[in-house]
Amino acid sequence: MDWRWFCLKTLAHALALLPAALLMHRALSDALGADPVAALTHQTGEWALRLLLLSLAMTPLRLILKQSWPIRFRRLIGLYAFFYASLHFAVYLFLDLGSYWSQIGADILKRPFITVGFTAWLLLLPLAVTSNRWMMRKLKESWQSLHRLVYAIGILAVVHYYWLVKSDVREPLLYAGILALLFAIRLKPRLHSLLASRKAADHGQKPA
Amino acid sequence: MIDYSRIPASEITPEAVYRRRRELIGLGLASPLLAVSGCTEAKAPIAANSGRSGPDGFTASDTLTRFEDITAYNNFYEFGTDKSDPARNAHSLRTKPWTVVIGGEAEITGSVPLEALLKPHTVQDRIYRLRCVEGWSMVIPWQGIPLADLIKRFKPTSKAKYVAFTSLADRSQMPGMAYNSIPWPYREGLRMDEAMNPLTLLATGLYGKPMPNQNGAPVRLVVPWKYGFKSIKSIVRIDFTEQMPKTSWNMLQPEEYGFYSNVNPAVDHPRWSQASERRIAGSDNKLFANRIATLPFNGYAAQVASLYRGMDLRKWF
Repeated sequence: MDWRWFCLKTLAHALALLPAALLMHRALSDALGADPVAALTHQTGEWALRLLLLSLAMTPLRLILKQSWPIRFRRLIGLYAFFYASLHFAVYLFLDLGSYWSQIGADILKRPFITVGFTAWLLLLPLAVTSNRWMMRKLKESWQSLHRLVYAIGILAVVHYYWLVKSDVREPLLYAGILALLFAIRLKPRLHSLLASRKAADHGQKPA
Repeated sequence: MIDYSRIPASEITPEAVYRRRRELIGLGLASPLLAVSGCTEAKAPIAANSGRSGPDGFTASDTLTRFEDITAYNNFYEFGTDKSDPARNAHSLRTKPWTVVIGGEAEITGSVPLEALLKPHTVQDRIYRLRCVEGWSMVIPWQGIPLADLIKRFKPTSKAKYVAFTSLADRSQMPGMAYNSIPWPYREGLRMDEAMNPLTLLATGLYGKPMPNQNGAPVRLVVPWKYGFKSIKSIVRIDFTEQMPKTSWNMLQPEEYGFYSNVNPAVDHPRWSQASERRIAGSDNKLFANRIATLPFNGYAAQVASLYRGMDLRKWF
């Protein structure tokens, strides 16, 4: 790795950690408002979702720019999405539920939005654990199929947010829109090649 | 009617005195050591939901919520759906002049200027717990008049079984209305016996100050044993009705919000538990404050449980 990549990666780490550092500072200096636990839960969750969508944006970005560098940031961003999702879960578990841990089982089973959010976090676990070269080599082709789970996680995360809000669905819908757009960009070339091969097949069938 | 603008600032009870006042009232629940050392109880850790009140429920022994928290963390969707939006946007609300229309099944009806509406009544102090359906709660020192006293003046007829309330809905003053988060205007309602209960307050101020705009100026309802959304803000209409009135959150999501919406830890909201709450009170960082148990009727069972005798509260949530 040359020094430019080193600088860029360092910068990416710093940028990804910045929200956490700011949140930590605001939390400890009592600057998160009247209900700091709710604010911290919301903010960590939102950053997890943003970084998850950003990691999903790297492949479309490569397709659009026709350059490979976005892919080199994908793992880093994905791991930070997991980091914020874990913070989100930890805040809910330790700061919000606190001494009411008996509530956690009922919450996960009975509240659809928590079931969905918890599932998303659980599915992120194997992806985080296998996000290294050694596991990539070891798992070979199955690594790719395992990491396709991220599409399902993206959908679960957006649904988790959508089901949480009481009536103002604008923000969750914005994230849903971004996710749909990212999926569409990925599917477009496949759709094109599919259409092209159909066309070719049609031409082939026509009598000369 | 108190004209707050004519009261010199020195006459308005400062917050610190308000806090000490509870010691003076001497419910005897605060630690005697703290009282001796002169600490305000706002510094004391938030105790479990005491649920303790005077026999009438008019005061609570719980640690008070700070004025700055009460006025910065609001659900008032007419000014935006984020809880910090009302404090930012509600300055555009014009509270003078203000009229309230009294209508429906009553001998006296019509449009009444707010001053005339409140004038015959003495403003009273109440310290009530307020439990939001979202799972947080506050303890607020309100000023206001018992709704019952006001209702009696308008002589509701025997047909008046319910009281319906309507909030102001004016797009020119309320920027949050640009987005239809709720079918405007905001509507709430009470059964007549609930409206007549001595706890039910028509509030005009808090912490000895005129009602801040973001808290529902100039006049709002406070029903301490029900989830916060029942305590409708900035009231412009009060109607006596024979039928159960339509209420906003019930219209929006009937399976999640019932007409009664009494605080009940045994009946969960479909999307979250109602067994416990985050208490927003005191001046310590609430980051590490423990949840506290939610009490039936928000701790006012002694005063209101009899209103619902024989009713299945799981069905009538």
